[in-house]
Amino acid sequence: MAESNAVEIRDVVKVFGFGEFAFSAVDHASIAIRKNEFFTLLGPSGCGKTTLLRLIAGFEYPTSGEIILNGEDIGTMPPFKRPINTVFQSYALFPHMTVAENIGFGLTMLGRPKQEVRDRVAAMLKLVRMEKLADRRTSQISGGQQQRVALARALAPKPKVLLLDEPLSALDYKLRKDMQIELKRLQAETGITFIFVTHDQEEALTMSDRIAVMSAGKILQVDSPRAIYDAPADRFVADFIGETNFLRGRIGSVSDGIAQVDTPMAGRVSATLPRDFVAEGDVTVVLRPEHAALCAADEPSGCQTTGTLENIVYFGTDTHYHVRLGDGETQFMLREQNKPLQRQRLSVGDRVGIRFEPNAARVLRN
Amino acid sequence: MTQPGTIEAERSRDIRKRWLLSLPALLIVLLAATGPLLIVLLYSFLTPGPYGDVLWKASPDGWIGVFLEKDIFTETLSLADAHVSIFVRSVLLSLATTVVTLLFGFPTAYFIATRPERTRELWLLLITIPFWTNLLIRTFAVLQIIRNEGLINTLLMKFGLIERPIQMLFTDGAILTGMVYVYLPLMVLPVYANLEKLDFRLVEAAYDLYATPFRVLTKIIIPLAKPGLIAGSILVFIPALGAYVTPSILGGGKNLMLGNLIELQFGQGRNWPLGSALSITLMLIVTVALLVYVRNVGSQEKRHG
Repeated sequence: MAESNAVEIRDVVKVFGFGEFAFSAVDHASIAIRKNEFFTLLGPSGCGKTTLLRLIAGFEYPTSGEIILNGEDIGTMPPFKRPINTVFQSYALFPHMTVAENIGFGLTMLGRPKQEVRDRVAAMLKLVRMEKLADRRTSQISGGQQQRVALARALAPKPKVLLLDEPLSALDYKLRKDMQIELKRLQAETGITFIFVTHDQEEALTMSDRIAVMSAGKILQVDSPRAIYDAPADRFVADFIGETNFLRGRIGSVSDGIAQVDTPMAGRVSATLPRDFVAEGDVTVVLRPEHAALCAADEPSGCQTTGTLENIVYFGTDTHYHVRLGDGETQFMLREQNKPLQRQRLSVGDRVGIRFEPNAARVLRN
Repeated sequence: MTQPGTIEAERSRDIRKRWLLSLPALLIVLLAATGPLLIVLLYSFLTPGPYGDVLWKASPDGWIGVFLEKDIFTETLSLADAHVSIFVRSVLLSLATTVVTLLFGFPTAYFIATRPERTRELWLLLITIPFWTNLLIRTFAVLQIIRNEGLINTLLMKFGLIERPIQMLFTDGAILTGMVYVYLPLMVLPVYANLEKLDFRLVEAAYDLYATPFRVLTKIIIPLAKPGLIAGSILVFIPALGAYVTPSILGGGKNLMLGNLIELQFGQGRNWPLGSALSITLMLIVTVALLVYVRNVGSQEKRHG
């Protein structure tokens, strides 16, 4: 079982500062990252994801806990002894070297023969499609090209694990989309385990095999993108990943894993229960905006609830509607896909009904 | 809108104003830098006066005297061994000073550059404190430490490590020690200014790519700190070559350097043309050394790129 893990983090704690200024950047984190996996650490800035990455790279040593690589605790091994390479957020390319020298640096430091370094550099340049720029200085190439050189440099020594610290955050939207696909391709071609750090939930969902959601140094949920999106473990995960409506309520009855929840703002909602959930008392029901639709307010039979349309936001592919529900407090958001040649039929201030998709709502732990 | 003519007038007024503003700088360059140099150059081609000063009569003797000496009786020219050995000693001592200040200055600058930002200024202040004291006093302080009855010898004898004081004063070693002490801040400051701008993420990147701490130093930090190291070396080498106070006090007038030799010609020697010629020779040595140094380092840079 341990054989299938590339890196295992066991109960790792990292405390910065002393005494009353002590602060746990990573708080009892445990994850097993599998071989050949595209694994993402996702969380808001300051959640400890970068610190966890630096612990794996060896730039920081854990206060307690173990980091296991190949069955060995590497927690206090210096970075130059770990078969792990990093793509830095700032790329950190060596300005006094050419593109090719940058890519060959790791292999040269490992003492590989010159010919081998040359061949490998040529192969890496080809892999990231930079053959023509081998002799350029790193200051003479664009941001996207620097990004690819940083990738090639980190991949050249064939590390067991590649760490990526928000490598796409400095790129513009179009380039970022291209690089996301490029990264997936590189991961598939090299078969190296990627550990990717990002605060961009969309990036995490589209690229990862599995995601760990972090907040305040703790790991809240480790799961596939679909499971994280469809079945968030708690309110933070539900709120951080995608957009969500939260409805407070009380459980009325339960049957077959479906709870009937009485909510003051939307009446009785039927919602899926998490598997090991003891259903009683006050709960929160979550519903994604795309799992609700508008219906005519004067046709109450088919609608879950009604409200006043407060805002309409056009997004190209779809339109977001913000509806103030009957209780006057809750703002509900729903999303409808735009159809060709569809005319805007509603305007702000209109009374609208809202229909929930059956069983799309989920009960959350409070 | 304004007419083309007025724009033209405005432009020429503007240019005049610019010249006026740069006048102080031009005056300093012409009067303070170029002027005295031209006087020295002129004096080197004149005849020495009997009580110093110069006679307005052209003579090549000043320049001949730089490396050659005339036998008083036979009037034949032979190599001035004393001058040559002083030149060689000056260059070697200055080079040694530069190397030693590099060896001490680089780690010091690195240490300061890696301190937290708030404490860096305090360290820099400590480095510059010797500047607040007169050079003469600082040199005498070194003398007090290394002379036969000085601190080091007294302590060593007290602990019974030596029976007789070690002769440290009036040696080349004493001059070297004094010059390293005096010029160390001139090395630390430019190197620090360079290291302070160093992106330490590059150091992390190198560690990450299997570079040992020593390789990180030689492959990343030193190449990136090169401009500072060059500036520091120049700032130390040039004044060291012409140093006067330190060698005359710590060398005891026996181990002369170029500065002392030049002083001698203007003072006791009463040979201003020779002193002038020696001064210009010193300048030429500095210029050549700089050209060689900068060109070598520059070409190395190119090979890297």
